[in-house]
Amino acid sequence: MHWLDQTGGAADMVRSVGFWLVHARFEFKQFVLQSITIGVDSFGVTALTSLFTGMVLALQAGNTINNIFGDPIFVGTIVSFSLIRELGPVLTGVVVAGRAGAAVTAHIGTMAVTEQLDALHTLGTNPTQYLIIPRMGAFLLTMPVLTVFSNIFGVIGGYLVAVYALEVPGEVYLNDITTFMGASDFMHGFIKSFIFAFMVAAVCCYKGISTRGGAEGVGKSTTGAVVTCIVLILVLDYFLTAILTAFGI
Amino acid sequence: MIEIKHLKKSFGAHHVLRDVNLNIEDGKITSILGGSGSGKSTLIKCMMRLLDADGGEIIVRGKDITKVQNPFRLAAVRRHFGYLFQEGALFDSMTVGENVAFGLEYLTDIPKSRYASVVKEKLAMVGLKPEVAKLNPSELSGGMRKRVSLARVLAVSPQCILYDEPTTGLDPIMSDIISDLILEMKKKIGVTSVVITHDMHSAFKISDYIAFLYEGKIMLYGTPEDFRRTDNPYVRQFVDGSSHGPIQMKLMRD
Ligand SMILES: Nc1ncnc2c1ncn2[C@@H]1O[C@H](COP(=O)(O)OP(=O)(O)OP(=O)(O)O)[C@@H](O)[C@H]1O
Ligand SMILES: [Mg+2]
Repeated sequence: MHWLDQTGGAADMVRSVGFWLVHARFEFKQFVLQSITIGVDSFGVTALTSLFTGMVLALQAGNTINNIFGDPIFVGTIVSFSLIRELGPVLTGVVVAGRAGAAVTAHIGTMAVTEQLDALHTLGTNPTQYLIIPRMGAFLLTMPVLTVFSNIFGVIGGYLVAVYALEVPGEVYLNDITTFMGASDFMHGFIKSFIFAFMVAAVCCYKGISTRGGAEGVGKSTTGAVVTCIVLILVLDYFLTAILTAFGI
Repeated sequence: MIEIKHLKKSFGAHHVLRDVNLNIEDGKITSILGGSGSGKSTLIKCMMRLLDADGGEIIVRGKDITKVQNPFRLAAVRRHFGYLFQEGALFDSMTVGENVAFGLEYLTDIPKSRYASVVKEKLAMVGLKPEVAKLNPSELSGGMRKRVSLARVLAVSPQCILYDEPTTGLDPIMSDIISDLILEMKKKIGVTSVVITHDMHSAFKISDYIAFLYEGKIMLYGTPEDFRRTDNPYVRQFVDGSSHGPIQMKLMRD
């Protein structure tokens, strides 16, 4: 029942986040610094992975449709739907978990095994107020923003392949996007990215504060955090899609 | 006065503190002696509520602090103490100066504009030059880290300071300077001190009272004079620093 203990521990942590959010000063400076770190850390990889994902989506979709209908139609629609509703939030979540999330767990974990978290308690603050709340806020702010960029880069990647490899006219590609995409599709992706952000922040912070056992322990909780995040993102993504679709989003 | 009554703490099947009874007098220096692994750090961590005791009471200003659960009241309990960590526990993502100034924001009314001068003053108290403030903790020697950590505690002027081996890792002269500093804090500001130490010279020099922790209990409590004169073979052996005596025999039997 190891995972049950961990879930309980993480829930306690989230409760303490609620408590100190109301009862203590918000560490605005830490929040800004963390947002910058997370954003800068993850932007390049997010952009690159999304660009290529958009490209491969366009290539696969174009070729398949070409084989069936003899003409690569609706490439823009397929690329943008897949990206904005699914792959944008999922890819961003995975990349952020692997870059910024791992860094957060390693940092807090190192503090835990060297008594720096205890030191926060002795100096008038606590790890929740000083470390966790600013980091959670930073993930909640940056991940949806990074998701938007991921969508943009993906659409650009799809455009490049559609126009230069499949010889779809650029206006047609863009038209296919704008005609079929609605506000609810953006909402769908946005809600997902927000929930993934919360999940990544909670998992990575919790794995950090619960680290025991020196340098080896820090390594274990860091890999543990990343694996947990990736699995949870993929599993949650299915259920979120089912639920959001049921609500017509 | 801080009264510790029947304090118990175990880690799994390992009973570290079995029944600790100890009074810490206000404005005095109480040293805690005991072998490595005897539970000295565990004892003061329970006082600071960094660890939860399994049983017993720690009474501070008439209230048992071991039962406090509300996070606010717990923070208030901790405010009563300053805590010097055995390994320093400096924040390694901050400079020395930021480390020393860290608690000021949360525990004092000192305006930000004065932080730099407080840092300089506290570093000087522990025998460090102002330039040290710009270094990172990773650039310090072991003894310097210990002193920076002490400066961080002193900066917030606590009522009662729990020192976990303040002179370990320091050269004999610096050791004596830190001992003098602890004495001075008592004389000038009336700080209550609990000092864990292996340094007998320092213990005899600074202590008003000494407690000897052995097998999870306080085996002997008294003045330095009592410790000099005692014929308790365990304490005798420890004070004289001898490898021959009941403590080693005990270890070999186990
Ligand atoms: N978090 C922990 N989990 C499990 N066991 C622990 C923990 N902390 C301490 N112990 C055990 O409790 C015992 C007492 O530890 P403690 O650190 O209090 O000793 P100490 O008297 O301070 O020793 P030293 O003089 O070497 O610092 C040791 O045997 C140690 O293994
Ligand atoms: Mg110790």
